[in-house]
Amino acid sequence: MNSFFKIFINKYLFVRKLKLITTDRDTNRKLTIVNKASINMEEHIVIIGNGVSGVTLARHIRKLSDKRITIISAESEFFFSRTALMYVYMGHMEFEHTQPYEDWFWKKNKISLKQAYVERVETDKKTLHFAQGGTMNYDKLVIATGSKPNKFGWPGQDLDGVQGLYSKQDLEMLQTNAPNNKVCKRAVIVGGGLIGIEMAEMLRSRDIPVTFLVREKSFWSGVLPAEESEMINKHILEHHIDLRLGFNLKEIKSDNNNRVKSIVIAETGEEIECDVVGLTAGVSPNIDFIKETTIETGRGVKVDRYLKTNVKDVYAIGDCAEQHEGIDERRPIEAVWYTGRMMAETLARTICGTPTKYSPGHWFNSAKFLDIEYQTYGWVWAQPKENEARFYWGHPDNKKCIHINYDKNTKKFIGINTFGIRMRHEIFDRWLTEEQSVEHVLKHLKDANFDPEFYSTYESEILNKFNKENNTNIKPLRKSWKRIFA
Amino acid sequence: MKAIKYTGLAIFIAALGFFTSLLFIGEFNSSSDTINQFIKDKQVKSDILKENLLENVANKTFTTGFSFSSAVRKVIKKSNNHYDALIAKYDKEKNWDKKGEQFQYKISNIRGFTYDLAKKSGTGWLINNKGLAWWLSFGLGIFGALLFILPNYILLGKPGIKNDHIFLESATNRGWIAWLVLVYLVGFYLMLYFAADFVVAWTYVLDPISEALNGGPASQWFVYGFLYCVIMLVMATRMYIKYRHNKYQVIRTTSVLFFQIVFAFLIPEIMASLNMPGYDFKNAFPLDYDFFFEWNLDKLTSSGGIGIFILVWGILLTLVIVPVMVYFFGKRWYCSWVCGCGGLAETLGDPYRQHSSKSLFSWKLERWLIHSVLVFSLVMTVVTLYAYFTGADSLLGIKAQWIKDMYSFLIGAWFAGVIGTGFYPIFGNRVWCRFGCPLAAYMGLVQRFKSRFRITTNGGQCISCGNCSTYCEQGIDVRSYAQKGENIVRASCVGCGVCSAVCPRGVLKLENGPEEGRINPTEVLLGNDVDLIELAKQNKKAS
Repeated sequence: MNSFFKIFINKYLFVRKLKLITTDRDTNRKLTIVNKASINMEEHIVIIGNGVSGVTLARHIRKLSDKRITIISAESEFFFSRTALMYVYMGHMEFEHTQPYEDWFWKKNKISLKQAYVERVETDKKTLHFAQGGTMNYDKLVIATGSKPNKFGWPGQDLDGVQGLYSKQDLEMLQTNAPNNKVCKRAVIVGGGLIGIEMAEMLRSRDIPVTFLVREKSFWSGVLPAEESEMINKHILEHHIDLRLGFNLKEIKSDNNNRVKSIVIAETGEEIECDVVGLTAGVSPNIDFIKETTIETGRGVKVDRYLKTNVKDVYAIGDCAEQHEGIDERRPIEAVWYTGRMMAETLARTICGTPTKYSPGHWFNSAKFLDIEYQTYGWVWAQPKENEARFYWGHPDNKKCIHINYDKNTKKFIGINTFGIRMRHEIFDRWLTEEQSVEHVLKHLKDANFDPEFYSTYESEILNKFNKENNTNIKPLRKSWKRIFA
Repeated sequence: MKAIKYTGLAIFIAALGFFTSLLFIGEFNSSSDTINQFIKDKQVKSDILKENLLENVANKTFTTGFSFSSAVRKVIKKSNNHYDALIAKYDKEKNWDKKGEQFQYKISNIRGFTYDLAKKSGTGWLINNKGLAWWLSFGLGIFGALLFILPNYILLGKPGIKNDHIFLESATNRGWIAWLVLVYLVGFYLMLYFAADFVVAWTYVLDPISEALNGGPASQWFVYGFLYCVIMLVMATRMYIKYRHNKYQVIRTTSVLFFQIVFAFLIPEIMASLNMPGYDFKNAFPLDYDFFFEWNLDKLTSSGGIGIFILVWGILLTLVIVPVMVYFFGKRWYCSWVCGCGGLAETLGDPYRQHSSKSLFSWKLERWLIHSVLVFSLVMTVVTLYAYFTGADSLLGIKAQWIKDMYSFLIGAWFAGVIGTGFYPIFGNRVWCRFGCPLAAYMGLVQRFKSRFRITTNGGQCISCGNCSTYCEQGIDVRSYAQKGENIVRASCVGCGVCSAVCPRGVLKLENGPEEGRINPTEVLLGNDVDLIELAKQNKKAS
């Protein structure tokens, strides 16, 4: 009872301590120490880029130390969540809602923000030069500058009305270029990836006709197996998007005012009139400003497993970092939200005195294609590898399916794609670590379900199909909290 | 489709206009007989009042409720002033006997008196066409609103989250339409609570339904209850269409609708018609703040078996059923499945849920306010019960009548009604539930410290997009937990399930599970295989 009141009074009633919860418990505890320490004596960590990588790094360094921290960004004063830009255009949110921390957070945690564009880095003098003039010295430099949209040298790619969708400025540009279907009578999107389909969804929300040029024969077929890809193709058409599979852009034509007038398709020569062209053919590291330094670069900034570059006291994390070799089955450059965050969590430890290797665990990811949610745990390649067998189950409504990848011989579970059914990350992570069999996964599939309460469940149908195809007799076990929290 | 939608809107606005105009076209005329009978029934002793009523009100036709009630109020005040002067005079003369005598001539509840007289004095078109007036106001209003809402089934497209344009439209982004709605709602509540004698015309419209249900004419509270049910019913169809892909939302909406219509409205009306005390069996103290008021205890204890049953049920509900249910299911079982206030917030208020403030300041304010109201309600009840059992009129210098009046006025009328609902379009739909409801405060304490309910965060899948926080009606910064891989365990969460619904990555799930591990502070999110032993050592060093 005594402890109850203690918690009640300290944690619950008194606002003084509440701040810890919205911001960061440890960050605030550290704050008192920071105040006492003489700040100028501390090492100066300068982070270029205030995306999820840079900001996570700053927060974790602050948790662990009293170092001076400066984040530099040309894009925006405060951290915002890039993934939410689409919702601002669609009217689900206002821009301020994309900012995970209130404006006072940075000052309170002694994280200096500088809005400037770094033009040049002098690594031997440990000095940064800003485009608008001025310099800044650092003790350790972290490059976390993210990506920029790819442009492949198409004629007309720099016309007005041609744009990508990556930065805050891109969002503002789209709001000007395509405020409604009077100003923008048609938009053409080039490149069938995640940003492409998001951009199509955005424009459709304002009833703007969209033509969607996809180079592959099926949507995102470099990543998704044929079944899932086909399901999404149909879903795109349901949303009245003019999907053109297997077509490339030849050129973008200009009107008299240097604005886009139309595009021409390479394969057919068809010309499509449009007012906006969205270039969404992937992204690449945004690192032009260090090309002239001695920092080794490939497509991205080359880093080792400790996220160090070849130059002392210079590190790189997030989308712009390139591993010398992909870790496990991962690619050397991973432009994924959570890998940026994980690299930052890891590097904070290294910088604060505990050298820690970047070791991403089992692969996972998620996305939403219009109305269909997608999650993946482990690996399900677009094409099965030699030793792999597949099990696919699809719901007749064409909105839900799962696709399991497992070892043909050992039956070891390798990965799952799930569409329209949410699944538990913890459970799949554990099954992957334990190297469970596909039978084990299917038998315990109810434990993994993460859909909201009362939703229909499909484990029995899924197992029926598997049993029929494989002459097995697996029965689904009932959901068990004990196993889930084991 | 759009044409149908806008036709519906036009019909609805016309019906609303007609409903509002009733206040300006309802005629009133009290005959001398009516007034004499009324004076007799009310046992009015003031001859001044009687004479003045006969002289200034009787047999005159007033074209609106406002002018009629103003005239009556004026007469009552005149009479009261007369006796106040006498009281002051005898007070000066220290003639206590004479002074004491004067009080019986005064009318204490001026508005109630005026309302009752007005209710007997309606005349003209409205009185003879109550049914038609119902069809023109309620009937057309419902028809128009449904015509406006139902096309969304097609217009919104395939099932899924439909939040397009919410922040681009005046009605849902604090534009002029939102402010207009605010003014109308606030005006409605002010009249309902503080000037019911102005809105007598509305009660005529519902007389036929009230008589069919409980045998008596409609009061302003019947109007409110009926309107409440109608609004919830219509706006629930909007919820059904908007969230038709989400079974949790569909079932939850059905549940609040059922409890409002059956428990809050029909059962009390039917009980009243059977000469029992009307009681809303789901309305738990201290939300039901007058449960322990003298008049209610007297009524219950004098109503035989059913009265005693209600008394026992009411106490059991608060002390046992509410906390046990919160332990197993979280306070959502009440706030977003059963409660009437919650029901209105989740139907009429749904278009405004994004306006709750997520700032730290609001969270601080919320804690101080809601717990203060809880303490206020408990102190009031203790004082009331003490007064009831001992016959004293105060405890520790707090007068029972005074504190009851203060609570009813400040919390019951202003906070729960005028601000709580009237401010929906600007401050979001849970202003009362978040900042004021004492029952919510009580359940919040149980939910925070002893419950199986939590919103589980799905490992490392969060991308910090902020849909969850934006659409949390209780102003919880859901994202701040989700992006750290932490479960959301908050006293204020009412479990509406919308954060989970709007999440594009399947990160959030409302569930009831073991208490162990419910609160899970995370150092490193799932997916990052850092050496945890090293990590623990390092943390030790750091702290």
